[in-house]
Amino acid sequence: MSHASHKPHDAGHPAAANAFIANHERAQWHDKALWFIREKRDRAAASLPEWETLRNHAAAIKAHTIANLPQYLEKFEANAQRMGVKVHWAQNAKEHNEIVLGILQQHKVQKLVKSKSMLTEECHLNPFLEENGIEVIDTDLGERIVQLREEPPSHIVLPAIHLKKQDVGDTFAEHLGTKPGADDPQYLTEAARGHLREKFLAAHAGLTGVNFAIAETGGIVVCTNEGNADLGVALPQVHIASMGIEKLIPRAADLAVFVRLLARSATGQPITTYTSHFHGPRPGGELHIVIVDNGRSEIRESEDFRRSLNCIRCGACMNTCPVYRRSGGHSYGSTVPGPIGSILSPAMEPEKHKTLPFACSLCGSCTDVCPVKIDLHHQLLTFRRELALKNLIPWTKRLSMKLLSFVMARAWLFSLGGKLMRMIVPKLPRFMVYNRLNAWGKQRELPPMPPQSFRELYAIRKHVAAARPQPASVSQAASSDAT
Amino acid sequence: MNVRDKILAKLREHPLPVPPLPGHEGPWLTYADKAAQFSTALGTVGGQAVRVASQSEALSHLAQLPVMASARRVVSLLPGVDQANVNLAQVADPHVLEDVDVTVVKGLFGVAENGAVWITDNTAALRASLFICQHLVILLPEASLVDNMHQAYERIGAFGPGFGVFVAGPSKTADIEQSLVIGAHGARSATLYLLQNDR
Repeated sequence: MSHASHKPHDAGHPAAANAFIANHERAQWHDKALWFIREKRDRAAASLPEWETLRNHAAAIKAHTIANLPQYLEKFEANAQRMGVKVHWAQNAKEHNEIVLGILQQHKVQKLVKSKSMLTEECHLNPFLEENGIEVIDTDLGERIVQLREEPPSHIVLPAIHLKKQDVGDTFAEHLGTKPGADDPQYLTEAARGHLREKFLAAHAGLTGVNFAIAETGGIVVCTNEGNADLGVALPQVHIASMGIEKLIPRAADLAVFVRLLARSATGQPITTYTSHFHGPRPGGELHIVIVDNGRSEIRESEDFRRSLNCIRCGACMNTCPVYRRSGGHSYGSTVPGPIGSILSPAMEPEKHKTLPFACSLCGSCTDVCPVKIDLHHQLLTFRRELALKNLIPWTKRLSMKLLSFVMARAWLFSLGGKLMRMIVPKLPRFMVYNRLNAWGKQRELPPMPPQSFRELYAIRKHVAAARPQPASVSQAASSDAT
Repeated sequence: MNVRDKILAKLREHPLPVPPLPGHEGPWLTYADKAAQFSTALGTVGGQAVRVASQSEALSHLAQLPVMASARRVVSLLPGVDQANVNLAQVADPHVLEDVDVTVVKGLFGVAENGAVWITDNTAALRASLFICQHLVILLPEASLVDNMHQAYERIGAFGPGFGVFVAGPSKTADIEQSLVIGAHGARSATLYLLQNDR
């Protein structure tokens, strides 16, 4: 195991999160901004009486497709090729990047415009292309903002959610020549529109991600609000679309289920502004689809984590996650942050992302909002066991777990420990309770120690109940109180 | 073995039991007044629905729109728009459309649940004109409205080669501090004429 370094990512999520919450006011603002989106999602979901049916359908369609993946991939490829699409396959990020570079070099492309694609972030495509002399412009406004700042996106749907408008104003003043100090979102967006129009018009090729790939038709679907994917591929002759193998769905009619769920879950909109269906290249143009594995086939082999491949990248699990909202996307140090990223990233690189499955309170809110019914918090718990088996847990955590399981296995020791704590802790001076050894006392007051334990209370209640004649409803109330 | 075959072989090494695919039958949400629901939904996504009796009424209303008054280059996919002055059939390179102010198109059908309109095309020029224009105007027969996306895909049926897009309102972004700004890259406004009679 490597020694702890001073770099936040090497020290994992807790250290990076500490840096984020050091700015208390901003951390609170971030929390509220995301909760606002979660509330919009709730209203959108509640507007459809069939919401749960849609979730069940989506999960069933994905489970069927992932199980039958090789057949559907072949079917998709054959149907796409029949319409003139050039289909490429990549086992990993390196192969993906080389394929994209090859296509660009073949067409002597020097300027590429890109719409949002988490897969190309995962493959670190931009730095690779730039090293090879190609100008790469991210055209989603949020992505362009973080690209100018040389930062990674902090959210998969809202890449610049960690920034305030003053930050964006400063960045644009430096790079786009907007008025210093100007921070009106309308003004800044207008400046970006003008700047990116030039880039769209000058580009020789456009690259998009893929939201859904339809096996029975060979078509791909791309969803955006800004129209940047469409503008990016409507002008140049070459369109490259990068997709993970898990993006497939069997039938065009399945799109209804996913399109209804996606935007409502992501931002609370009933649908994205543009839902574009590409079947073959446009006349006189070329469409290249790069199908990428990059660790997905290994996740598919795992009974425990297979369902994470259902993910349609809506970001709902992030917006609701109490840890994500309070620690920011960058604290995860992975392309996809939040609950789903805390499964996908360690599944691909366990050593690098070993702290992520612990960036979770197991509250289960992510599982409740997930439109494709990924059992996120169960998977996060399971992952902790995997990491323990792989010996990737720090000794402090291992030791405290051992101690806890020793105590929990002995009822007498547990109740003795509780009794002693209830007696001693209230008498201790403050510095002995609130110090760096007690993580539970950080930023919050501990609840007062109760005079009696649950077991003591329960024994008294049973005693009292037994002493008086009881109608059925009373005993029911007592038992539901006790659960 | 090439990369494609390696990926497929790796997936086949782990055959999984295949659970059944669900059918598409609902019941899914329907609306008593599809036109009213469509107009409301379009409003919530930043578009504007104008209900008119006929295409000729739509076109005379269109001529009065402020965006038309200041428009210099207008693309129209339907006859009767006097200001139309770009002939897409003569556009070989879509880049020349960069200064198009208004594009007027006819939608194939609309979706009441979300205010989206289905538009298809097979030419590069038309496709670009949908996204590059400053303002988009869509004419849509009221009788074409479907309730929900399930009916929408049923109506589209089999996909052949070509491009199709659901457009719901104008281009927008909320990437700066969650403030909604209309007109990110595509159209700054989307006006939709809902025609009571398809004439």
